[in-house]
Amino acid sequence: MKIHGAPRFSQEFALREVIIIGSGPAGYTAAIYTARAGLKPLLIASSVEAGGELMKTTEVENFPGFPEGVMGPSLMANFQEQAEKFGTEVLLDDVVEVSLEGDVKVVKTGLGATYEAKTVILATGAAYRELGVPREKELSGFGVSWCATCDGFFFRDRTIAVVGGGDSAMEEANFLTRFASKVYLVHRRDSFKASKIMAERALANPKIEVVWNNEVAELHGEGKLTGVTLRNTVDGTTSKLDLDGLFVAIGNDPRVELVRGQVNLSSENFIQVDGRSSKTNIPGVFACGDVIDPSYRQAITAAASGCVAALDAEHYLNDH
Amino acid sequence: MSAKNVTTASFAADVLQNNKPVLVDFWAEWCGPCRQVAPILDQIAAEYADKIEIVKVNVDNEQQLAMQYGIVSIPALQVFQGGEVVKSIVGAKPKAVLVNELSDFLN
Repeated sequence: MKIHGAPRFSQEFALREVIIIGSGPAGYTAAIYTARAGLKPLLIASSVEAGGELMKTTEVENFPGFPEGVMGPSLMANFQEQAEKFGTEVLLDDVVEVSLEGDVKVVKTGLGATYEAKTVILATGAAYRELGVPREKELSGFGVSWCATCDGFFFRDRTIAVVGGGDSAMEEANFLTRFASKVYLVHRRDSFKASKIMAERALANPKIEVVWNNEVAELHGEGKLTGVTLRNTVDGTTSKLDLDGLFVAIGNDPRVELVRGQVNLSSENFIQVDGRSSKTNIPGVFACGDVIDPSYRQAITAAASGCVAALDAEHYLNDH
Repeated sequence: MSAKNVTTASFAADVLQNNKPVLVDFWAEWCGPCRQVAPILDQIAAEYADKIEIVKVNVDNEQQLAMQYGIVSIPALQVFQGGEVVKSIVGAKPKAVLVNELSDFLN
């Protein structure tokens, strides 16, 4: 074999088989499968959000294989260990730019490295949705929180509210009653979207008071949240609620900023894939997990989706 | 090298009376984002050792300090200069973002 040009010294410049972007259940499952297929995946996990959404949860009770339940961060540590066991290279860095057209996909990171691969698996997940009310940024971290497991501790014997009606809102509200003396659960409809078991647990908790048909209209406080104005979604009337903390759990939006303009997105901003596969409109680019899923968004469905992406990438590599 | 652990007893000497700017990382074991930002802070501490000192306060053990400095969300990174809080950053952020937000103290 003849070697052309300068030898490539660094791993960084080697053309890889597969790069996986994201480190939740989808990304790590894709890594486990592609690693076992001998494809030596590089998984770019992010610097401060590695492990994804489950890193901010406590007990996960519905992941099959864990009859006693498992802590979210432990589950993700297991995923990572299993992926690394088969040769996955995990990088704690943030992807800042991708170029996906063509046979060689290029991925650039926040620490200034460039990686190239024949295939890319997008498993970027979803990000917390903001309330979209004035002063939200300013009061974030000063009474407005997106992480009950991180911040609940600081609200011992205080009055707080959780906004939302899904499973995460129920879990946060229940978790926060360990600390807070009172938890209002503010929801803009008259019933919860959460699973029955989670909703019933919240409704039965004596520290939780549900405020139906209301949304947060304004935040109050200087340098620190002191309360909110609620707006009734039925009749438009407003009321004030004094609070020490407000935990936002109103859902997630797919993280697609990285690939917008390159990969086709649905009208709801999810990455579009072909049927039951993980194939995007770009050959060699696959997507899986919450970033393609408007409906289910469970750890187990994301993991399954990651498996699909790994098998699709493997087939693609066999054919190219 | 990981950051020095500061307690209520040593806070005045280690932080308030320090001649250099001191970044205090308020953290806890059970906070995932805190564990993720810790190695990044260690890197910044090593690279800018002559400019800034980085120390940790475990909020589980030092609840009084956390309350005194109004911590309600962690990781909370507070920069002290001349005994006063001069900069407050909340949440785990990538290295480049932190270096940028701390640029007043690193250059």
